[in-house]
Amino acid sequence: MSPTGETDGAARAEEPAGTAGRRAPTVADFTTANEVRWCPGCGDHAILSTMRGLLPALGVAPENTVVVSGIGCSSRLPYYLDTYGMHSIHGRAPTFATGVSINRPDLSVWVVTGDGDALSIGGNHLIHALRRNVNLKILLFNNHIYGLTKGQFSPASKVGTVSPSSPHGSLDYPFNPIALALGAGATFVARTIDTDRRHLTATLTAAAAHKGAALVEIRQGCPTFNAIPRQPRGSGDAAASVEADPASPELGPVRLSPGLPIVFGPNDQWGIVRDPNTGELAVGNGGDARVVVHDPGTQNSTYAYALARLAETALGEPPIGIYRSVSQPSFDQLFQERLATARPGGRGELRTLLTGSDSWVVAG
Amino acid sequence: MPTDQLPERPDGVRRLENVVIRFAGDSGDGMQLTGDRFGAQAAAIGNDVATLPNYPAEIRAPSGTVAGVSSYQLHIADHDITTPGDQPDVLVAMNPAALRANVTELRPGGVIILDTDAFTELGLDKAGYEVDPLTDGSLEAYQLFAINLTALASAAVADHNLKRKDAARTKNMYALGLVSWMFSQPIEDTVEYLRKRFASKPDVQAANIAALRAGWIYGETTEAFASVYEVKPAALPPGTYRHMKGNKGIAYGLVAAAHQAGMPLFLGAYPITPASEVLHELSALTSYDVRSFQAEDEIAAIGAAIGGSFAGMLGVTVTSGPGMALKSEAIGLAVIMELPLVIVNVQRGGPSTGLPTKTEQSDLLQALYGRHGEAPLPVIAARSPADGFDSALEAARIALAYRTPVILLSDSYIANGSEPWRVPELDELPNIGIELATEPNAVDEVGNPVFLPYARDPATLARPLAIPGTPGLAHRIGGLEKQDLTGAVSYDPDNHDLMIRTRQSKIDGVDVPPLEVDDPAGPPGSGADVLVIGWGSTWGPIGEACRQVRAEGLKVAQAHLRHIAPLPANLTSVLSEYHTVLVPEMNLGQLAGHLRRETLIDTVGYNQTRGMPFRVAELASVITRVIQGIDDADTPEKAVGDVTSRLAGAKAGAGTGSTVTHSDAIREAGR
Repeated sequence: MSPTGETDGAARAEEPAGTAGRRAPTVADFTTANEVRWCPGCGDHAILSTMRGLLPALGVAPENTVVVSGIGCSSRLPYYLDTYGMHSIHGRAPTFATGVSINRPDLSVWVVTGDGDALSIGGNHLIHALRRNVNLKILLFNNHIYGLTKGQFSPASKVGTVSPSSPHGSLDYPFNPIALALGAGATFVARTIDTDRRHLTATLTAAAAHKGAALVEIRQGCPTFNAIPRQPRGSGDAAASVEADPASPELGPVRLSPGLPIVFGPNDQWGIVRDPNTGELAVGNGGDARVVVHDPGTQNSTYAYALARLAETALGEPPIGIYRSVSQPSFDQLFQERLATARPGGRGELRTLLTGSDSWVVAG
Repeated sequence: MPTDQLPERPDGVRRLENVVIRFAGDSGDGMQLTGDRFGAQAAAIGNDVATLPNYPAEIRAPSGTVAGVSSYQLHIADHDITTPGDQPDVLVAMNPAALRANVTELRPGGVIILDTDAFTELGLDKAGYEVDPLTDGSLEAYQLFAINLTALASAAVADHNLKRKDAARTKNMYALGLVSWMFSQPIEDTVEYLRKRFASKPDVQAANIAALRAGWIYGETTEAFASVYEVKPAALPPGTYRHMKGNKGIAYGLVAAAHQAGMPLFLGAYPITPASEVLHELSALTSYDVRSFQAEDEIAAIGAAIGGSFAGMLGVTVTSGPGMALKSEAIGLAVIMELPLVIVNVQRGGPSTGLPTKTEQSDLLQALYGRHGEAPLPVIAARSPADGFDSALEAARIALAYRTPVILLSDSYIANGSEPWRVPELDELPNIGIELATEPNAVDEVGNPVFLPYARDPATLARPLAIPGTPGLAHRIGGLEKQDLTGAVSYDPDNHDLMIRTRQSKIDGVDVPPLEVDDPAGPPGSGADVLVIGWGSTWGPIGEACRQVRAEGLKVAQAHLRHIAPLPANLTSVLSEYHTVLVPEMNLGQLAGHLRRETLIDTVGYNQTRGMPFRVAELASVITRVIQGIDDADTPEKAVGDVTSRLAGAKAGAGTGSTVTHSDAIREAGR
């Protein structure tokens, strides 16, 4: 161990866990000895802790789990999970993860990224991984700021964000990550929050079970550069002062639960209603018969998109929960099937390939 | 082919030692296919063949214009050849623009076979002819055969239910039939080829075959052609041969490498001229466990390839200069993660979009130095189309054995050119498999077994590779500097210095065969005074130029660098044995600068960036002048000055825009 190193990064080989005949893996099996180096109060600690608790429960051995990250605070996470990992380059994590995943269907491949990494420099790779439906679990830590480079505004920052690179307020319109993912054709799109361990765990568990690309936006603040008020727990927790305003940030995000009507606020006084003529969503009365019953399995993503966009007009921020979860063959599956069907009689003979059909023999 | 053989009226078939033929036409006239088939026919009867396709970057430039002319030059011979020939002996021109664009390069006295169909006022105007060259006497220096090939082909296929325009398109096969007859080549292989190619379009298939046969019969039955020629088979070493293009050779070399390594091949690529064909070839080989992935961009292409390598594949990416620029950050990542990776750069004219379909060797410094940080990696270069196979195998061998990205340089000329390739027996191929780590390789301070991902093989300095799925060996790699042995993130100054030096030492220690010199006059020090050294596709022209110079009674040595990083260990001692080292390159002296840096020996450069390979005659002239410059001189300084002035004269005479570079002082310092 070096005095300046992050302690021992080598694999611990004793008691490999998680496959048949071995004991069930535990949190310890997924924990490296590396000192965790995030700021005190950062939500990344909570996500890491959730991952360490979640991974043993998925039934995938540590050695069959691969975590690939880009660059940024969030992207240090692989060093703290005792799986195979790659801390790659800025914005490109989905590309490396794609190369791992489509070649190795036996592996569970996760991508850890942030709003700068995934939405700015790596925007192209994110949308293509989603449209291909590569079997990746993409965790987008969205703290709406560049943390590791000390606080510049990001593509997720609100207009007017004051930062070192926007001292007079940023001019950029932000991305809505959920709407972006839906636009790219993502088959699983969810939003959760780092301060709600139970919601985070449930959302990541659902993402892990999805066969195909899963994009999970994890809403965060940055205690050092973008402090935001600690979020209330959502429906029912709001203070009386917000009773008059369904878009009040104090209210916390609206929660989406499959099969349940989308109602929120004190005494569920508000609900998301659909205009029968235009199909548009709006905030209405919680008791209205037109209140939408949430169904993430809706094939047409128009509904999920409208839900994501609602925040810009009628809600304080986009709802949390699973926006979309539909079944579609993953790129990995199609890639492997193509390989399998291309060689039904076994692998082609190299010499036959090299000789081809147009060769000739020069006699000795 | 000596020109004076052509005009004489023979009694029968005239035998030629070699001949250079160029097919030229509009981009839509099928000249690439025609040339390719002619080359395949020549190869099949045992000729040595070297080819030079030349086409515009636009898929279809305006028809009938000089900008839209596409050509395919072939050199066929009864002996070993390594270039597509300097000047055509025979030009087949399918329209006025093709004539105008190519006739000045035709050897005086050469043969022109012309399709007169487009020699109308409009056609001449599009080509920029103010006066009809068929009537103004400007073609008197050549043997002209002006034939309405389009009309003859259309008539020949009249029974095949084609639209008029489609019928006219068979003119390329008509021309191929005629030229095949002229050079005594059987056309049955091409008939077979057409059967397969147009299997789904019976009318088109039958028409093309009919046109091909009709062209042959036209030659046989008309008395317009006085001569029939024949090029006898070349004396190639025994074996099975096939006609091989450079891009295909590299693709097959990569497949063979994966086979010999016992790993699946995984290609991540993004389409780019002139490298796309490697992507196409590999994409068709799924049944050989070749996994091909067309990524969203150049960065994603290499990212996926690196991910594949991490997951236990032989990871490969293929691109050209602009794509290399985009990949450079990811290449640096592969360097620090020490993963095997083959990066193929099929060079084209640069900078920027440059000349996308033309050849150049101007990415050498990018390959050697084009990354941030100390990021050394091996660089090797293919020398000819058939050598693409061996080079790809060698690149993969080094990548796997040393756990490093390797850059394999090819170029547009190698990519599209073709030559006979002896198909290797599988037992001739090296075994390049490596052992993956499956067990812990150390114990920690309390005796527990651990895996140290940055422990090293003492001989090669390669680190152990453990792929995901291997129990007990889970570890993290990445772009942050890693602690020696453990692979933990480390900002320790001494460790960073150690790791940088270790990665450099690993690359410096790659086993590279010694530099060999070809000099019939004797070994270095007792043979010629002048050594000509090159890399990449200049190998062919340099070799033929040296043979020509020797045939004139002069002494010259030739050496070729396949490995450019690291360089052969004996390089400095070999170069030191020569009075003058001449480095012809299709750039402004990139290898010459590298050699100066690595050996302190200054060289004389001969450089051109015209997008075309060197002409043999041009190089032979330069070599001769360099040799004579030394013979004339009492001192090296004077010799160089003399060479400079002579070459300046040669440059002015040739009008090629080539330059000579040198530096007296450093050259002396290198003695």
